[in-house]
Amino acid sequence: MDWSALSVSLRLAGLTCLVLLPFALWLGRALANARFRGKGLLEAFVALPLVLPPTVLGFYLLLSFGREAPVGAFWAEITGSGLNFTFTGILLASLIANLPFAVQPIQRAFEHVPHNLCEAAWCSGLSPWQTLLRIELPLVWPGIMSAAALTFAHTLGEFGVILMVGGAIDGETRTLAIAIYDRVQAFDEQGAAQMSALLLLVSFLTLGLVYGLAGRRRWVRG
Amino acid sequence: MRKAKLAQGLLLACLLLNGTPATAESPIVAAASSLQFALEDAATRFTQQTGQALRLNFGSSGNFYRQIAQGAPFELFLSADEGFVQALYDDGHVENEGVIYASGRLAWVQPKDKYPLPSQTEPLAGVHEAIAALQSGQRLRIAIANPVHAPYGIAAQEVLSRENLWAASEPLRVQGENVSQAAQFALSDEARGGLVAYSLALAPALHERSEYVLIPEPWHTPLHQRMVLLPQAGEGARAFYNWLQEAEAKAIFQDYGFSTD
Repeated sequence: MDWSALSVSLRLAGLTCLVLLPFALWLGRALANARFRGKGLLEAFVALPLVLPPTVLGFYLLLSFGREAPVGAFWAEITGSGLNFTFTGILLASLIANLPFAVQPIQRAFEHVPHNLCEAAWCSGLSPWQTLLRIELPLVWPGIMSAAALTFAHTLGEFGVILMVGGAIDGETRTLAIAIYDRVQAFDEQGAAQMSALLLLVSFLTLGLVYGLAGRRRWVRG
Repeated sequence: MRKAKLAQGLLLACLLLNGTPATAESPIVAAASSLQFALEDAATRFTQQTGQALRLNFGSSGNFYRQIAQGAPFELFLSADEGFVQALYDDGHVENEGVIYASGRLAWVQPKDKYPLPSQTEPLAGVHEAIAALQSGQRLRIAIANPVHAPYGIAAQEVLSRENLWAASEPLRVQGENVSQAAQFALSDEARGGLVAYSLALAPALHERSEYVLIPEPWHTPLHQRMVLLPQAGEGARAFYNWLQEAEAKAIFQDYGFSTD
């Protein structure tokens, strides 16, 4: 077992959830409630990482993270180091790659909150913030948990983007999924088997949680 | 609800506190895949003697060349040839041309006790057999490293071309991302064998399941393997660079079939 790879993977997945969920909460709610021209385009943009080959995303990120590229140059200006081959770089990549996994469950959940419930809350004198906290959030909670679980599990499993942008550096950008690939190349099948079993277990538990929550939501509504 | 939130918060806090592992400051060494086992041995010995930990990254030399040009934080680069180090020097990414630390050999490697082993004089007999088998509808794969960016892949291409087998073996060839992956492909069930680094064939992990025959050295451009320090190299990387040129390190390289004179 490559513990430093496990640590990188957990940190990456944890931070991705921490940074992405508040944003996804905002965007998912906005997309659920808003009706505007071009909404379909915006939704398509959010969903892109679902269908885009990871190498395509990785290639564009590699280009834009370079020191000569605008994003990379800006980052180098404020921090003194580039984005390619750093933990921050793979975190940024992971935030983009996980956008649909975080936004879509939350958006679906908000779409199922009856609008007249919110109106009733406003009539009862609750401010929009109070309505969000006391009425909407408790109702969309399973959606948020699904988003967190999917984002977490998908980050643990992400391979192509991280390999292209990160360069598999021990303790920095070598995640568990990449460590498995490395171990197989080093003819260390036992090491690869242990790590694969762990990822299999985590993925299964995560999906179990997601489907469990989805079932409970149906039960609550029904 | 609050409990769930608290639990999630605690979980994330634990993950983050988990923090950077102790190895995070040790120098990162980018090394050609032909060194997969030899350099692991050398680094272990070096760390035992000096207490200086190292982080080893294995891959194809051409891939590392590209990553270094893009600003990868490696401190020492051990290439499987001279060209990539020379190119880094020409582009101004390194301060000198480094030194040759070892010279490698190419070997034909095949699964153990499965096919007749080619003789020293006709080391490519396996390729001929596989091409003949294709006529009768059986596809046995020939593995090499990617000749676009892996030096051992370039050497393999030279050897096959020299023997007029490059075109004929085309439908049979599978390419590894680097020579270590090529070796793994060469020992798979679908493969007749492959042209990979001799140093891998000698490694204990492969030795139990493979057999090999050396390819004559004049058949390809010599695989003089050069290493170079990168401008960001610290004390640890410099010490390892010097240590790799000492007799003890040379003995390890020789154990893995490299010549060091």
